[in-house]
Amino acid sequence: METTLTPPKTAGTGSRGARRLGAFVILAAITALVTITPFLPNYYVRVANSLLIYVLLGIGLNIVIGYAGLLDLGFVAFYAVGAYTYGLLASPQLGLHLPILAILPIAAVLGAIVGILLGLPVLRLRGDYLAIVTLGFGEIIRILMNNLDDLTGGPRGIFGIDKAEIFGIAVARPIEIFWLLVVTVVIVGILVWRMEKSILGKAWAAIREDQDAAKGVGINTTNAKLAAFATSATIGSVAGVIFAASQRFVSPDSFSLQESVLIVLMIVIGGVGNILGIFVGAAILILLPEVLRGFAEWRILFLGLLMVTLIIIRPAGLVPRAFGPEKLLKALFGK
Amino acid sequence: MLGHIVQQVFNALTIGSIYALIALGYTMVYGVLRMINFAHGEMFMLGAYAAFLCLTLLIGDIGGAGAMAMTAAFFAAVLIVGFVGIGIERMAYKPLRASTRLAPMLSSLGVSLALVAGIQILAGPQPQAFPSFFPNERFEILGGSVTTIQIGILVAAFVLMGGLQLLVTRSRIGIVVRAVSESRPTAQLLGINVNRSISLVFFVGPLLGAAGGILYASYYGVMTPTMGAIVGLKAFTAAILGGIGSIPGAMLGSFILAGVEVGGTALLPVLTGGMLGTEYRDVLAFLILILVLLFRPAGLLGEAVTEESMVYKREF
Repeated sequence: METTLTPPKTAGTGSRGARRLGAFVILAAITALVTITPFLPNYYVRVANSLLIYVLLGIGLNIVIGYAGLLDLGFVAFYAVGAYTYGLLASPQLGLHLPILAILPIAAVLGAIVGILLGLPVLRLRGDYLAIVTLGFGEIIRILMNNLDDLTGGPRGIFGIDKAEIFGIAVARPIEIFWLLVVTVVIVGILVWRMEKSILGKAWAAIREDQDAAKGVGINTTNAKLAAFATSATIGSVAGVIFAASQRFVSPDSFSLQESVLIVLMIVIGGVGNILGIFVGAAILILLPEVLRGFAEWRILFLGLLMVTLIIIRPAGLVPRAFGPEKLLKALFGK
Repeated sequence: MLGHIVQQVFNALTIGSIYALIALGYTMVYGVLRMINFAHGEMFMLGAYAAFLCLTLLIGDIGGAGAMAMTAAFFAAVLIVGFVGIGIERMAYKPLRASTRLAPMLSSLGVSLALVAGIQILAGPQPQAFPSFFPNERFEILGGSVTTIQIGILVAAFVLMGGLQLLVTRSRIGIVVRAVSESRPTAQLLGINVNRSISLVFFVGPLLGAAGGILYASYYGVMTPTMGAIVGLKAFTAAILGGIGSIPGAMLGSFILAGVEVGGTALLPVLTGGMLGTEYRDVLAFLILILVLLFRPAGLLGEAVTEESMVYKREF
């Protein structure tokens, strides 16, 4: 197939000036987010928090979609696992009150286990079928949360979740959650970025481009895919813990299929397979509806049409895959 | 007991035939474009709204609509939605035909969002009473209570499905569409107008989906702007279960899914001693889907696909 030989049109295009401009815009936006947010009223801090949680979720899901090339439509299940882990272990629901630093590793491991349990049978499936099975899995988790009333509180959810505390410092007010999120996003972002550049990341890329060829050169595709699933599930679960700690309330409503779809869209609009793109995608899909809040239903209509337009104009996303963090650094500081 | 079983069988057949009408749209689009059309559930919803609008325009007063006006509104509505389907394909999917596999699917998600919001703006977000398109009378078959609405839905759905089957297997147009579905490049080489076939699929699919929407709203007596999401997901599941891309598969999958749902609602609480309530019927439905896919990855009647990665692979 000669089509696979030509790289996607958007990859690596643009002159050095355009790249430098783009890099400055992204850097300025991130700097502004971190420096200005603390001085804004709580409402804006909450919006920033929601943005960062979606960025975290996007980074997680991007491993499966962008790196390994597998479409997962049930990602929200892992988010729910994390949120409910915190909800159950730090609330009057079960009478347990563990600190967040103890729950984070538990939730991370639990997320990875659920990811592997889902991955083991499912990864034999290819393409579209994988998407459907993950979608079904996400729905099953949501229905279970809705109906296991004794454990999860059913549709009412879990109330009165403990305030988080890290090394004696309370992390409950929006601004405190904001700093927790900034730190988490930076750590997770760097880890995942380095992972993409590691030998495992190269195995993912090989699977994405041609699974049979990847197998042919000796990559254990099942293990590599499982690793992608587990890593992404871990990040989703960690995002869930922080989400539960910031809302101090979890209910099945937060984990609908629409959430999964929103995260997928974020990745695709921003730029598949690129961490920087996730920031752009999240900014568009999370901030725009907030900005247009006064227009009620019109904003959803607008968002839908914008989505179609953006995908038609740039099917591979606004930020090209090749324009990764290293390119950003180079465009900013390099010759 | 027999009466109860008869009644449940009729319930399952009614729901199943509505699912089937929608599932056919998913499966045909997948057949020709290898694309999951997430906006298809909205065609189902548009069908109900278009029929309501046509009826209002025709006679003003919904309550006293006669059989003639009903029939006219039904056909006008499904045709309108059929043309809407063509229009959406032209604007939102066609520019993406040479793009990645993922792009048109996500574009269809955007279309779906916009359509739901559009109807919410035009008709209001609240549920609206919908007049039944069939006379509503109860009668008994073997001790089970069945309504004429159910019979009407079954007849209408089977006529439409039979018509589609004839169109696809017997007519020249059907042969052309099947050829495109089999291999688009080859069909193109043989001088087939591929665009016209794709347009045809995007006409017939939404048309059937819209018919399903009118039947569904008649059955439950209500329509909402969001009705397409849940039923669309169910019909989509049914299409996968039967083997996406396969027309008989979509019908088979729909009836199996409806059977599982109705059976699950009736039997789950009894079989588990009240441990698992009827809420778990959807869990059961998805579990069956997952199990079927694990053992027959292409669904019950589908052909195995070799395509694997969705993001950067190009099918054609």
